[in-house]
Amino acid sequence: MMAPLLLDLGKHAVFIWSSYAIVAIVIVVLIAWLVIEGRKYQRQIAQLEARGTRRRSASEGSGR
Amino acid sequence: MQNLTQRLANPSRFMAFSAVALPMLALLAGGCLAVGIYMAFFASPADYQQGQTVKIMYIHVPSAWLGMMCYGLIALSSFGLLVFRHPLADVSAKAAAPIGAAFTFLALVTGSLWGKPMWGTYWVWDARLTSVLILFFLYLGLIALRTSMDDEALASKLTAVLALVGVVILPFIKISVEGLSIPWLGIEIPSWNTLHQPSSVLRAGGPTIHRSILIPLLVNALGFTLLFFAMHLKAMRNEILRRRALALTMAEVNRAQRLAAGTSAQEA
Repeated sequence: MMAPLLLDLGKHAVFIWSSYAIVAIVIVVLIAWLVIEGRKYQRQIAQLEARGTRRRSASEGSGR
Repeated sequence: MQNLTQRLANPSRFMAFSAVALPMLALLAGGCLAVGIYMAFFASPADYQQGQTVKIMYIHVPSAWLGMMCYGLIALSSFGLLVFRHPLADVSAKAAAPIGAAFTFLALVTGSLWGKPMWGTYWVWDARLTSVLILFFLYLGLIALRTSMDDEALASKLTAVLALVGVVILPFIKISVEGLSIPWLGIEIPSWNTLHQPSSVLRAGGPTIHRSILIPLLVNALGFTLLFFAMHLKAMRNEILRRRALALTMAEVNRAQRLAAGTSAQEA
């Protein structure tokens, strides 16, 4: 499976590849989640503003 | 520094700043990690004792470092919320928790995968491994406590208190392997019984590992740290957007209620 990489990592290779794989998966999932969340809120704000709703102070921002 | 945190206290200004800083940080992180991973696989030797499994160190150590640093950041943000009521402190604390939990999880899993070939076991209940597991549960506790309450302002304060109480875990993790010796204060804590090796980078007297392994480790640590700050910035932006969407929804509800009240008054 790892032959195309032409790397022989010895008898413990499976532990090394599993470690890198799980780190890659978690980081990709985290980034995807952050991007999807951001888009979701941006869409919500755009819809609300399209209906003519405005925040009391557009420069204040946090909504608190 | 104080000046910068004060100037960025305005969420709109923070959004403008982070819109520029985020892509730059992300690019730097990506570049640094690409070099780091290349060095790990193609430009660093096997360890004379640990063989190729030393490659796990290049992701295990940065993950563990970020798991701890992120908790420190949450504690600092919580302090900023409770004491100075900084408007972005709570945004920062909330945004950091899932990212810190993810890196602590990665430190535990990669450590376990390193432990099996080197120690002969995936897990031991020793002081270092157990204290990092508690750190992971603390993160989950922070996330659970915040989501368990509808009153967001109350949830923020209670979560901040829990975060500050939990900060005691950080010195515990450090002391768990190395012990603590401060002779002039009469403090002498021996290290606990552990399989985990002591830190070989951040120690008095300089690093104990050879440059050929130390440099890839430092490059990866820098890459992971930049990646963390990019993700934290993005998570903070998301939280500010979420609050804006919530404020707009409330404004719309209020407007609808006023309109309804006006119509019913006319009918009467």
